[in-house]
Parts: sequence; C-alpha cells; structure tokens
Amino acid sequence: MASTSSVDPDGSPATFGIDFPAAQRSEEFQRLRSTHRSFVFPLAVAFLVWYLLYVVLAIYAPAFMSTRVLGNVNLGLVLGLLQFVTTFGITAAYVRFANRRLDPQATALREELEASEIHRSETHEEVRP
Amino acid sequence: MIAVPTVSLPAVHLAEKSATVGNPAINISIFLGFVLVTLVVVIRASKSTATAADYYAGGRSFSGTQNGLAIAGDYLSAASFLGIVGAIALQGYDGFLYSIGFFVAWLVALLLIAEPLRNTGKFTMADVLSFRLRQRPVRVAASISTMAVTFFYLLAQMAGAGALVSLLLGISSKTGQSLVIVIVGVIMIVYVLVGGMKGTTWVQIIKACLLVTGVAVMTVWILGMFGFNFSAILGAAVETNHNPKLLDPGLKYGMNETSKLDFISLGMALVLGAAGLPHVLMRFYTVPTAKEARKSVVWAISLIGLFYLFTLVLGFGAAALIGADRIKGAPGGVNSAAPLLAYELGGSVLMGLIAAVAFATILAVVAGLAITASASFAHDIYTSVIKKGNSDPRQELRVAKTTVVVIGLISIAGGIGAQGQNVAFLVALAFAVAASANLPTILYSLYWKRFTTRGAVWSMYGGLILSVVLIVFSPVMSGAETSMIPGADFAVYPLANPGIVSIPASFLLGFLGSVTERRREDPLKQSEMEVRSLTGVGAEKAVSH
Repeated sequence: MASTSSVDPDGSPATFGIDFPAAQRSEEFQRLRSTHRSFVFPLAVAFLVWYLLYVVLAIYAPAFMSTRVLGNVNLGLVLGLLQFVTTFGITAAYVRFANRRLDPQATALREELEASEIHRSETHEEVRP
Repeated sequence: MIAVPTVSLPAVHLAEKSATVGNPAINISIFLGFVLVTLVVVIRASKSTATAADYYAGGRSFSGTQNGLAIAGDYLSAASFLGIVGAIALQGYDGFLYSIGFFVAWLVALLLIAEPLRNTGKFTMADVLSFRLRQRPVRVAASISTMAVTFFYLLAQMAGAGALVSLLLGISSKTGQSLVIVIVGVIMIVYVLVGGMKGTTWVQIIKACLLVTGVAVMTVWILGMFGFNFSAILGAAVETNHNPKLLDPGLKYGMNETSKLDFISLGMALVLGAAGLPHVLMRFYTVPTAKEARKSVVWAISLIGLFYLFTLVLGFGAAALIGADRIKGAPGGVNSAAPLLAYELGGSVLMGLIAAVAFATILAVVAGLAITASASFAHDIYTSVIKKGNSDPRQELRVAKTTVVVIGLISIAGGIGAQGQNVAFLVALAFAVAASANLPTILYSLYWKRFTTRGAVWSMYGGLILSVVLIVFSPVMSGAETSMIPGADFAVYPLANPGIVSIPASFLLGFLGSVTERRREDPLKQSEMEVRSLTGVGAEKAVSH
C-alpha cells in the first residue's frame, strides 16, 4: 500500500493518530450513531413507501384519483401536491433535528478526537507540515 | 397509436419543420450575451485553479447556498424544463406525475448521502466506495459506472442541443445543427478547462437563477391572468382541448398493464437514481463542511420543488392558452409548449429570454457532466490504477484536462451521430444505471458493516450490465414503430425501463456478494469510515487562497 498516495485516505494527515476502533466503541459515538439511524432510517422508508403508494394509486386507481375535491382540482392533484408538502416538511424536520440533536453530539466528539490526536502527535514528537 | 407503449422521459425531439415562432435574432443575441457573461466569470474563476482540490472541487470554498443553486442548475436540464411543461400541456396529470419522482428523490440525498459523503470522500464517488474496500477493483467499477451514466446523460443533452436549435434559432439544416453541436461542445470544453469546478459552478449558479426567475415570472403572469385561481386554469385547459381527461391520471401511462408497470419501473429509477448521479454527488465536495452540504441539499430541494410547482402551472397554462393542437403542430412538438407560452405572454423578447435560458441550460449541464467524468478517469483510473497511487498531482490534473477534451470530442461526435434518433430513453437509462449500479453500493458502504469488495463489484457491474442489457432487449431498441431498429424484433423484455428488475437485483447482488465472501475487509478502515462519516473528523478542508 502506498501511503503517500493522494487518493488513499490513509495518507490524510488530519486523521493520523486517532484510535478509531476505540472511538467507534465509545458510548458517545454509539449514542450519536443510534440517534442518527433511528431518525433517518424510518423517515427514509416512510417517504419511499408514501411515494410508491401515490404512484401505485395514480397508475392503478385512476377513478379514485379523479374524484373532484375543490372546483376542478381532483384527489390526484391534491395527493401530488401533498408529496411536495411532505418533502418540504421532512426536509425542515431533518434540518431541525440535525441542528439540535446531531450537530452538538458530532461536534463534541470531533473536538475530543482532534484533541487526542494533537496530544498523541506531541507525545510522539512528530513534525507534520 | 403505437403498438407497444414505451414510457420514456420527456426530452427534446428533433423538429421536422423549419418555421419558428419569435425572432431568432433576439434569441441568438440573448444567448450570446449569456455565453459572454459566463465566459468572463469563468476566466475570473480560473485565477485560482492551481491544485486538484481547486480543479475538481472548486477549492471546497462554495457556501451551501451557492452549491444548492448549482445543484439545481446541474439537475434541471433542458429536458426537464421544456419536456415537463410540454408533457403536462399534452398529457395533463401524467406529465405532473413525472416531475414528482424527480423531486422527491432529493430526500434520499438529504437523509442518507450528502453529509456522510462529504465527510469521507475527496473528489469522486469512488473515494467513498473504496474507503474501506480494496481500492483497485472498486475504483475501476465505480469509475466505469460513473462514465457510463455521464456518457448516456451527455449524449442525450448534446443530441437535444441540435433539436433545440431548430426550434429556437430557426436553423433547420442538418449541417447547421451539427455546427451548433460543435459550438456547444467547444464552449463546454473551454468552460471546464479554463474554469475547472469553480467556473462550472458559477455557470450553473447563473443558469439556475435565470431559469427559476424566468419560470417564476411566467407562473405569476399566468396565475394573474386567471385571477390567481388555479382551478380556473385547469378549467380553461379542459375547455381549450375539449378533453376532461386531461386532469385525470392515465392519459399516457394508463393504456395497458405493460405501460402501467413501465411507469412504476421508471418511478423507481427516478426516486432512487437522483442521489446516485455522479455529477450530483461530486457537487457535495465543493463545500467546506458536512453542514454546508446539508444546507446545499435544502436549497436544492427548495428550488427544485418550486421549479416543478411552477411547471405545473406553466403546463396547464400552455394547455389552456395554446392548446394541444397548436403545440403538436409547432416545430419541436411537445418541447415547444414553453417557448410558445412565453411568446403568447410576452412576445419575442420573453420568448428570446426563455429560449436562451433553455439553451444555457444545456451548456451548464454538459459542463458539469464533463468535469465529473474527467475527474473520475484521472483520479480513479489513472492515478489509482494505472499509476498505482503514485502519480504527481500536476500530472493527474493534466490527465483530467486531456480527458475533458476527449470527452468533449466524443460527445460532439455522438451528438451529431444521434441527430434524428429518438434518444429520450438515454436520460431514463442514466437514472436507472445510477439507481442500480451506484446507489446500492453507496448505501451499503455507508451503513452496512459487513459489506465487502465482492459485494460492491457484483452490485456495480450487475446493475450496470443488467440495465444496459435490458434496454437493448426492450421495445426501445426493437419490435415497435418507435424503436431505434423498427425492422427487427428482439424485444424479449417488455418494458422500456429496466429499474424494476435491475434495482432490486443489484441490492441483492451486493448482499449475496458480501455474505459469500470469506475474505474479511479491514475492520480498522470500517471503524475509521463510520466515525468519520458521522463526526466529520479528518474531513477534507477548504483550500485557502
């Protein structure tokens, strides 16, 4: 393995000296990981199912989708516009969640890891450009 | 009616007639104005394209807002502007159904991909995929798939450029159109060579602003004409066309069971493909942090969502004010709906603006595609495979720039060769390949610990080969009047969209390849990738000048 390679992530000086397996095992990281996954996975599945349901309805239940709701606006159009509403809504919800729950945890961990890295390189008396 | 219905994306078809509405001189001068302004911007941007990070990732110095605009500029192609307005004008509800898949797809990028990708990669999709797997096989596969997707997309855009010209500039001769394709190709090469990712990004930002503003103005204009009553527009659309079915689903895809299944297949490719498009993924490297990457997707979602809402009004507005018969009779057919509507509203000047924006759209999209393909070749194939990771960055940059010229020449030749062919299926194919060859591997490598090199290679090659083979044996190629080879019939696969088979198959291949591989991947790398993807520790920093 050529560690000097510009494409090998090994060569990235910023991560040198961090004990990643230990960081991965740490309680803080496991908490961040489960906070992230328990939010994004169900949401991703939900919106995919909702999109698929909408498409299947439009394709296989045209009569139902043609029900007039308001003036010339039918149910198909309303559900289509609801896809926009849910997409905007999920986007807003995720950003709120990420700013409040993910970012503080991720930042704390990153700072801790970067501090340990500096500490290590000092003790090893390594000179890095 | 065609015997075998093929569901394809709306795209630019070649015009048969030469008459144009509006004033070609105005169209050309507005377009030249755009080229001039963007060239100045690109040349200014070129002052800071010294390093690989500058050239490939614009120095990672764009803000989330800027990058979001550029993503919208990259994503909203001429096909989605002219094609979707036309599709809604002619097929009503079913045209709208298209646009939703293109839009909802962005949630995949937002929730699952943008931030971890920014945290773990450097320049290309392959950086992330090969992070904890064996470098060479995975990089080669990712690069081949990247180049396949960008090539299909690029060819569709270049062929569309020729057709657009006949519609917008009044050039109908084959030589004239070929000349325009050459000009488009040359301008694209100049943009990318001179400005790198920074220049390309600015072209996309300018184009996105023009496109969204133009479409917004027309939308408000139409809504104003109908007293801001959307239902009244729908009513007028039905009345003009004497077709109450325009508002109901089924006008295009409801023909028979095959066409219904075909749309489901297309819908799957659209919703899962957007987040696997290499030129979109590469955009996430142009911002300094994962938080800015998140912000870019939020901006992209807002702009793309608004854009498709506007096209809904424009499409039904065109149906109401112009009518299907006049649209079909105009040069450019379905694609003339938006320019005709602009002419109806604001005369030659507004039409000139819209025409120039449509044309600028092609330029910006092809530039984004070219830089992605060249980065993938230089970074993944040349440096990692040919030079085994030991190439000098300057040399790599030289290879990337040479590749841009080669790609430019190939796409000029392809665009000229594809004239008169119905290449609408190419964009759908690009999405299908992105959804089957790229997305499963990206998701597995980010979220599944046991994923292995064999899984990645099986999934990527399997998805790519399956998509292409199914298209070859589909009604797109043979067996129908609208096929590329109408005389022959080897269409054993009944649908025009491979997604419904190829996407689940590549997820399965990725799983099977991983569980059957005895050789384990480096657990240290897995730890590093997971920690980095969520915390951003060690992520590539912005270049300071």
